[in-house]
Amino acid sequence: MGLQGWRNVLALKTSKNNNRAAWQRAFPVPLSHSQITRLYSRFHSLDKGENGALSREDFQRIPELAINPLGDRIINAFFPEGEDQANFRGFMRTLAHFRPVEDNEKNKDLTSGEPLNSRTNKLLFAFRLYDLDRDDKISRDELLQVLRMMVGVNISDEQLGSIADRTIQEADTNGDMCISFSEFIKVLEKVDVEQKMSIRFLH
Amino acid sequence: MEGFWAVFSPVLRVWFTSLVVLIMLPAMFGISLGITETYMKILIKTLEWATHRIQRASRAEEILKHSASNGLIQRDNSSLEQEIEELRRNRPKSAERGDFTLSDVLYFTRKGIESIVEDDVTQRFTSEELVSWNLLTRSNNNFQYISLRLTVLWGVGVVVRYCILLPLRITLTAIGLSWLVIGTTMVGFLPNFRVKGWLSDLVHLMCYRICARGLSATIHYHNKQNRPKRGGICVANHTSPIDVVILANDGCYAMVGQVHGGLMGVLQRAMERSCPHIWFERAEMRDRHLVTQRLRDHVNDKTKLPILIFPEGTCINNTSVMMFKKGSFEIGGTISGPAGIYDPQFGDAFWNSSKYSMVSYLLRMMTSWAIVCNVWYLPPMAQKEGEDAVQFANRVKSTIAQQGGLVDLDWDGGLKRAKVKDSFKEQQQKKYSHMVVGDDSIENVTVGNADF
Repeated sequence: MGLQGWRNVLALKTSKNNNRAAWQRAFPVPLSHSQITRLYSRFHSLDKGENGALSREDFQRIPELAINPLGDRIINAFFPEGEDQANFRGFMRTLAHFRPVEDNEKNKDLTSGEPLNSRTNKLLFAFRLYDLDRDDKISRDELLQVLRMMVGVNISDEQLGSIADRTIQEADTNGDMCISFSEFIKVLEKVDVEQKMSIRFLH
Repeated sequence: MEGFWAVFSPVLRVWFTSLVVLIMLPAMFGISLGITETYMKILIKTLEWATHRIQRASRAEEILKHSASNGLIQRDNSSLEQEIEELRRNRPKSAERGDFTLSDVLYFTRKGIESIVEDDVTQRFTSEELVSWNLLTRSNNNFQYISLRLTVLWGVGVVVRYCILLPLRITLTAIGLSWLVIGTTMVGFLPNFRVKGWLSDLVHLMCYRICARGLSATIHYHNKQNRPKRGGICVANHTSPIDVVILANDGCYAMVGQVHGGLMGVLQRAMERSCPHIWFERAEMRDRHLVTQRLRDHVNDKTKLPILIFPEGTCINNTSVMMFKKGSFEIGGTISGPAGIYDPQFGDAFWNSSKYSMVSYLLRMMTSWAIVCNVWYLPPMAQKEGEDAVQFANRVKSTIAQQGGLVDLDWDGGLKRAKVKDSFKEQQQKKYSHMVVGDDSIENVTVGNADF
């Protein structure tokens, strides 16, 4: 591990429970000490260049991710606008979207701003997988792109086009031939997003 | 300077004599003086004490839970079809013009994120995580500073390992290897009597035993009745280059491998003189027919030693068994398979060849506490009627995995270095397309079955 890596590990190891508040501020994810340490080990094992940040190639080295049809889009979510490197903070921030929603949080007063793993934010994550140009609308082309990624070469262009048209028709309520975020939320209102977009830690 | 040598040489003499008497001679004849056993007992007691201290200091439940399951996250094993059905459950189904919902992406997203947090493959190429610390900082991933006494103990451990054990082991290995070269050359001069074979076996065994002592390897062999006989093939799971020493301690094998230069080349040529091994030039390795032919010739000659092959093709970290390349299974003949498991408590035997060179790996081995290993000999298996090489390979792999308590994986060990084949992605895409348009309107795309 490089020097920076050791510093981080040392910081992790010497932080005690009463520093948790500081941790929460830096990493807005209330995980336990051992979970954060293990995620850091995972981050570090993916970081082949040992420079404290992950590149797109580092992600693509995971075989299960490389064969995932939406692999590239998911990797994209870890890299904010225009950047090529994801540091540990960014890594955790993106993963934070997938924390399960605890029961006692569902009714919490959200004056301090919504937590990253709220239902709305999870849906926003999914919305952004479609909306590549970040104009807050899923156009027909963007929908076709994602469809093409998921089905590969197995469906013809015309069939795919008609599927896209039907999907937009059903979702579009204001007639602009695009799906906005609120229309997206409406379509998915009956789906158990909290459960489907969550990762459960074992301990 | 003179005075230094005057003091130093008797010390050296005592050192060598005690080495020869206490370690080499018993090793050569396969007897044990019980020194290793006492050493191991002391080691186990010390490590237990250390674990106890660690558990007392930090919250005990955290560590206990850790040992229950080494996984980080919960993963569902339900299929693509099941999950997408569930996602679509609440929508009215319309059969015309395809069935697609915006929520279908959620399945792939979650699978992707899960594999980022924890995946089956990349974790096999790094050393296994230990439940409790074994006083070696190299295996110290998640353990914190506990107490002064523990640190002192660790310091003592460093001194013992680097100043006492390391020189001892280097000397032993050097003796072992030079004896191998000298012995095999001498045997090579003898004419081809039956005695030659017996002598050659003896020389090989002695040298491997000395080398094993040179690594402080404690090996337990189980099911010795299944030991491979002449003229067969022996397959084993692969964790490190030391596997050869471990297995050859108990029987003689013909080695298969590439011709190397340098020290390895000297060893290879020496071994070739006393009994036939199979060494390939690098260019020859690419010609699969040539390779198979040579192996087949060797196997069919019943007087020759059984061949030792590692079908995974690369070092895996001893928590799982990866895909066995089918080449070894096409040769014919009976296959017997030892399954070897290392106990990582005393020293991590896994060689991460992309991270450590051979020399630094050997140094790490020699400065660990000990290498503890269990070898189970499995009963010989033959290819069944109607079973092709790939299925046979998988069957042998599952038996080895089961015996050793390892996870049986289908992923190719070559993923350590190479990218995964696109055909897997295409398979997923095809499955998903079925869900969108139903079975009959899929154009038949030929996805060639990955050629291993």
